Amino acid sequence: MADLYDQIQAEIAKYPDRRGAILPALRHAQEHYGWLSPEAIEAVAEGLDLSPARCVAVASFYDMFFLQPVGDHVVEVCTNLSCALVGSDTVLRRFEDELGVRAPGTSEDGAITLRRVECLGGCGWGPVVSVDEEYQEHFNPEDVGPLCERLRASRPTESHA
Amino acid sequence: MPEAPTFAPPTDQSILLPFAGTRREIAEYEAHGGYGSLRKAVGMTGEQLVEEMISSNLRGRGGAGFPAGRKASFLAPGGERYLVINADESEPGTFKDREIILRNPHMLIEGILIYLWMIRGTAAYIYIRGEYLKEAAILEGAIAQARAAGYVGAPLLGTDYVPEIYVHRGAGAYICGEETALLSSLNGDRGQPTAKPPFPAVSGAFKKPTLLNNVETVATVPVIIGMGGAAYAGIGTEQSTGTKMFSLSGHVRNPGNYEMPLSATYRDLIEGRGGGLPEGRSLKAFVPGGSSMPILMPNQLDTGLSFEAVVAAGSMAGSGAVIVVDDRTCMVRFALRTAEFYMHESCGKCTPCREGTRWITELLRKLEAGLGSSAEIDLLLDICDRVEGNCLCVLGDACAMPVRSHIRNFRAEFEEHCRLGRCPYPDDAPMSELYPPLLRAPLPMVAAT
Repeated sequence: MADLYDQIQAEIAKYPDRRGAILPALRHAQEHYGWLSPEAIEAVAEGLDLSPARCVAVASFYDMFFLQPVGDHVVEVCTNLSCALVGSDTVLRRFEDELGVRAPGTSEDGAITLRRVECLGGCGWGPVVSVDEEYQEHFNPEDVGPLCERLRASRPTESHA
Repeated sequence: MPEAPTFAPPTDQSILLPFAGTRREIAEYEAHGGYGSLRKAVGMTGEQLVEEMISSNLRGRGGAGFPAGRKASFLAPGGERYLVINADESEPGTFKDREIILRNPHMLIEGILIYLWMIRGTAAYIYIRGEYLKEAAILEGAIAQARAAGYVGAPLLGTDYVPEIYVHRGAGAYICGEETALLSSLNGDRGQPTAKPPFPAVSGAFKKPTLLNNVETVATVPVIIGMGGAAYAGIGTEQSTGTKMFSLSGHVRNPGNYEMPLSATYRDLIEGRGGGLPEGRSLKAFVPGGSSMPILMPNQLDTGLSFEAVVAAGSMAGSGAVIVVDDRTCMVRFALRTAEFYMHESCGKCTPCREGTRWITELLRKLEAGLGSSAEIDLLLDICDRVEGNCLCVLGDACAMPVRSHIRNFRAEFEEHCRLGRCPYPDDAPMSELYPPLLRAPLPMVAAT
């Protein structure tokens, strides 16, 4: 993917050492491939002139990089202290019932991956749910159904995988 | 429908965010005197600016409370030096830096430019946690506006110094808020802490001398330069000057971020600004400064918000995240949820932390399930002692300190779980038991020695 290679080169220009660009490079690759597949890692390694092993070593340290395929949408529920005190566990359970999976897991139709995550930094506005990296604050159990319905309806026609 | 976050209105004591709503456009920021402190700063030398910072007695807002002026004075000389802004805000309960970025991003940019001028930095990198997608976009937008206005990427206000600012997004790792881990991550390594020395002031970003400061610390600098260090030092207490953002969450009527002078008390924050607990509930405990800090009890509500007052009360002010816990909450579950977070976020480098946080979590799971014993409560305290102070960074301490405080203050509740063989709290208590209830088969019973 020539455009991914170019994106990585543009990131490298922001750092005095190209290794500094590894996180943005991995992010661009994940956006292109949907997850950090072996092909995606290979592309990052080529773009940065680093070994694939090093790229995997870095990627595997972080929660936001997917080293396994994920659904078309990713829903993350914060269950850390502040959100838990105001009912995030109920929200998580409602998602699990709605999707028929336990977090972390992907619904059988491949539409939605559900994950339980640590503090997202929205503690005063909890429960916080991150939907495809966009925060939704004051998320109540009754918001689960409509959200899942909307996400199922907006699936890409072309699969990433 | 989920509601958007709302911001608390200012008071006449607000100096960081003295307005309602947001002020994201540069024209709006400048119309209210924005970038005036930068103009003033450019008329001063780096040494004079460090002196001004020292006279303000500003203490770092990231959690440690180290004097910001002295920190700046430690930076090793050299041609290539970096400024790194820690926007990796991840301590549970903390969401103040996010509010500063959402509401007043140019204040942070102006603070960065003053800092860069002070140290003649090669460039500044804002390390922002990966989850803050919208906030990173707002910062990119503010930098683009500042660039168009000639503050960034061009000779600064008639000088020959050219400042540059980059946004660097993290990718989801609490430990990257720790300064050496953040620098490992920025340098393209796994985000693990490193031994000090070398200190970042000597070898940090890209192995060059680096000054690293929290968002709120840097955003406060334009205020200090504007009003003068001595005037700023007149606010708050002698050892904790100025105002600070406090993140209030949990069982409180009006959660949110509140800017408070450091001479105020937790009662002023929780009951005054926060409106107290909801009707019919009473205060059981509160976290004074992020989940890693020992909890305080209702009879400590009149503790001051200053660094020294919280230490005198037996805890630490940390990041300023205050979590209010009501009487319906099981403290074993609370301890478990706290410990589980640190277990998940331990980077695995130091054995006492990697193993200790897991043992603490598993023992708490066992106790919460009613399968523990009194001897295991003592074992838990013993493990806390073995973790604390024995690692490269304080993540292990951040697990051990609060858990020890939960046991010390609520030992009877832990014992009751053992005696009853179950959690005494009802299913509809604020926090559920976690699943799976146990990671593996229960740990073998260990007798106290």
